[in-house]
Amino acid sequence: MDVLYFAWVRERIGLPREKVQTEAATVTDLVEELIAREPRYAAAFADLSALRVAVDQQLADFDAPLAGVREVAFFPPMTGG
Amino acid sequence: MRVSVAEAPFDVGREVAEFSAGCSGMGAIVSFTGIVRDLPEAPLEAMEIEHYPGMTESALEDMARRAIERFSLGDALIIHRHGRLAPGETIMMVATAAPHRKDAFDAAEFLMDFLKSRAPFWKREITAGGADWVAAKDEDEDALARW
Repeated sequence: MDVLYFAWVRERIGLPREKVQTEAATVTDLVEELIAREPRYAAAFADLSALRVAVDQQLADFDAPLAGVREVAFFPPMTGG
Repeated sequence: MRVSVAEAPFDVGREVAEFSAGCSGMGAIVSFTGIVRDLPEAPLEAMEIEHYPGMTESALEDMARRAIERFSLGDALIIHRHGRLAPGETIMMVATAAPHRKDAFDAAEFLMDFLKSRAPFWKREITAGGADWVAAKDEDEDALARW
């Protein structure tokens, strides 16, 4: 699936998007897989309460299932307007 | 209903005039315009706005549809810019049209409250001292509770 990062999450991880091969059942499982990869992911995902997630471009919770999902995005709380 | 997410500047007066012209039978048109504000503590060189192409447009369309339904609007308009903006530049606007003013004002507030914390935009302030991501405010999250 495509995994996208925005704002300071993008800066900490060092790229805006990547393809990830995963069998993760939920967003939390995916986060744990990413954290296990490299310290930069651990730095970005250190405090999940400071992050928001969108699954297929809809805001979701971290326990959201990933079956059939094409795109997951991680970002800080939004500051529009 | 129209939603626009673009880097280019827009003319607020012309947008309001065109929006109003398309709203026959509506007694109240409300518009709100957001401007890049200079900072009191350090001069702001620029505001950079990042967004999530695709999700941004669908989130704004969803907000506009909900506002139209909830406040029985004749129409709604949301324009939001992204990219690098200088102090004093227009960031965004909303306009709402309703038979009476209360619904038009309330719908504009509703749209602004949701735009603040449910539309995938991220602001970064550029000053001589560096670049800082703007933190979301608790009060913006709390503002959603009234809807």
